[in-house]
Amino acid sequence: MRFLLVEDSPDLAQSVADRLRLDGHAVDPAASLAEARDCLAAASYDLILLDISLPDGDGRTFLAAERRSGRDTPIIVMTARAEVSDRVDVLDLGADDYVTKPFDFAELEARCRAVLRRKGTALQTVQHFVGLTFNPLNASLSVGGEVRDLRNRELRLLEILLAAPERIFSKSQICDRLFSYAESVTDNAIEVYVARLRKKLEGSGARIETVRGIGYRLTSG
Amino acid sequence: MRRAPLSLRLRLVLQLLGIAAVLAIVLYFTVRTVADQAAEATQDGVLGAATLAIAERLQGGDDDVGVDLPYEAFSILGSISADRVFYRIEAGGTTLTGYDDLPLPEAAGAAVTPVFYTRAYRDTEVRIAAVGRMVLVARKPVPVLVLVAQTRQGQEAIAQRVAQRAAALGLGSFALAAALSLLTAGSVLRPINRLADAVGQRGPQDLRAVDHPTPAELRPLITALNGFIARLRGALSRTETFIAEAAHHIRTPLATVRARAEIAMRQSTSEDTRETLRAVIRAVEESSRSAGQLLDHATVVYRSDRMADERFDLAKLVETQAEAFRPTADLKDLTIRLSGTDTPVIVQGDRPLIEAALRNLLDNAVKYSADETTIDLSLTGGPEARIEVADRGRGLSGQAQARLSKRFARGENAGDVIGSGLGLTIVEEVAAAHGGRFELTEREGGGACARLFLPLG
Repeated sequence: MRFLLVEDSPDLAQSVADRLRLDGHAVDPAASLAEARDCLAAASYDLILLDISLPDGDGRTFLAAERRSGRDTPIIVMTARAEVSDRVDVLDLGADDYVTKPFDFAELEARCRAVLRRKGTALQTVQHFVGLTFNPLNASLSVGGEVRDLRNRELRLLEILLAAPERIFSKSQICDRLFSYAESVTDNAIEVYVARLRKKLEGSGARIETVRGIGYRLTSG
Repeated sequence: MRRAPLSLRLRLVLQLLGIAAVLAIVLYFTVRTVADQAAEATQDGVLGAATLAIAERLQGGDDDVGVDLPYEAFSILGSISADRVFYRIEAGGTTLTGYDDLPLPEAAGAAVTPVFYTRAYRDTEVRIAAVGRMVLVARKPVPVLVLVAQTRQGQEAIAQRVAQRAAALGLGSFALAAALSLLTAGSVLRPINRLADAVGQRGPQDLRAVDHPTPAELRPLITALNGFIARLRGALSRTETFIAEAAHHIRTPLATVRARAEIAMRQSTSEDTRETLRAVIRAVEESSRSAGQLLDHATVVYRSDRMADERFDLAKLVETQAEAFRPTADLKDLTIRLSGTDTPVIVQGDRPLIEAALRNLLDNAVKYSADETTIDLSLTGGPEARIEVADRGRGLSGQAQARLSKRFARGENAGDVIGSGLGLTIVEEVAAAHGGRFELTEREGGGACARLFLPLG
């Protein structure tokens, strides 16, 4: 996905951009509304992440102007001033969703996906591996024409493994991305998800291999 | 220790009673005096007439004064009372007839019109009328004095009766005044009581200015009260702005910390480092959650004093919130099952506040739900609106709602789930501000069931 990140704090912009790039997204940072308008004039984006308080104006003004202009790029507002009325405001002004700083990237990703799904955006995010076609937006994979729906954790597990086939991921690495840090889980908790995903991958030629004592990897072997 | 001043009502009643008592006493004495004087005047009139009647009959002679006591004179006296009558006729220093010990007037001499005086006579008191005439005896004028006296028992009896009536009149008017003063005190104090009720019946968060019809005398009090309320609200509002600003300044760097920690977590393969990073992220999560709920709480306190009072569709709000929570719930493979939102349920109140309450309920449900379970979110309208959030989480494990709703109190079974302990406080406060209520119960088959009741608009 290609993001336009409108955020004036350089530290935060850098961190968010880095983090999103780790998941394979393209990010253009803009530190002001003016920069954001320049970016929008030059390129098209799948999603805009918008801060509210910016040096040259209020993000809400930008939001309202975007909506008035008829452009339909989904906008997710990142608010720090998460006052109740602020949330209502930004949604009324046409934001597709909002996240409150500091946000959980798994949640941001989930919200982005939900927004894109709702907007019916046709994204070129479909991934292929051996005999399977994976569409993270719809949370589905197809094997030889048969469409199989994935639950959220199965989807994220597949995403993790599919990002680097043949690479071994440790159980704790996978756990950290699959479960919220707010809950404590044992490494064994992922076994149930691995077992389910294995079932859904059947017949695709791709399989999840247990590397004893280390973790898992996706392989075509 | 300072003694509490007398109550206004008591003060007013006592003063009115004092005035009534003085008036009753004055009334009593006035009536008595007037009656006494009237009785005396009546007796004097009759005595005078009798004296004059005798004096008219005095006749001169060659050697003596002739007296012809007219019978009518005494019969008039007998007609007004059964009192005893005395007389004395004295000529030239000797008593011609009658009681020679009947006291003479002080100013000796012949008054043509009768003089009246009261003297003690024969163990009793008598009223005496005296009149003087000059009678020629052997062609020489001889001064003759006619005295008629009467005891005063009859007059005293009249005075007694009058005094009794006067006393009864005084007591009666006092009693009437007392009753009226109680009524007056009540009616004078009624506006004060009404005002006290109006202020007393306010919700704990209600900081609107007092706008109650009051008499002019109470206006300064109202003005002072409203000034105080405004200052209090100002202080609260500054606190809220401060918290909002603080939240902003804390949240942005926290977001940076969290993002960096997640990046480091991705890149690190050392289990020790990852454990540290997990702790960092948990701490960030905890502080941001606290900041959020403190802000929510401040907003609830701040907003409920001047609540927006709009009518809106609760079904739509519930639907929007369910939608907003789906991606979060999805991360735990939770299903949010929504029901009752296909028909509008109109309520009256403050939309952002109700939204904050529902958000906290859903947040709790998502946090405490076991993975891959279902959260039932249902709305019922009538006789009051009811939002029910039922989860399959760890439940309340027998803890009372009152304890869990306390500020910063968290359930003993909260375990490792991150929270600030303000969520349920917020929900309760929102319910109270809207005249609704909040119930938290154990759900049959496991989990918790939260119900928020709001009056229909």
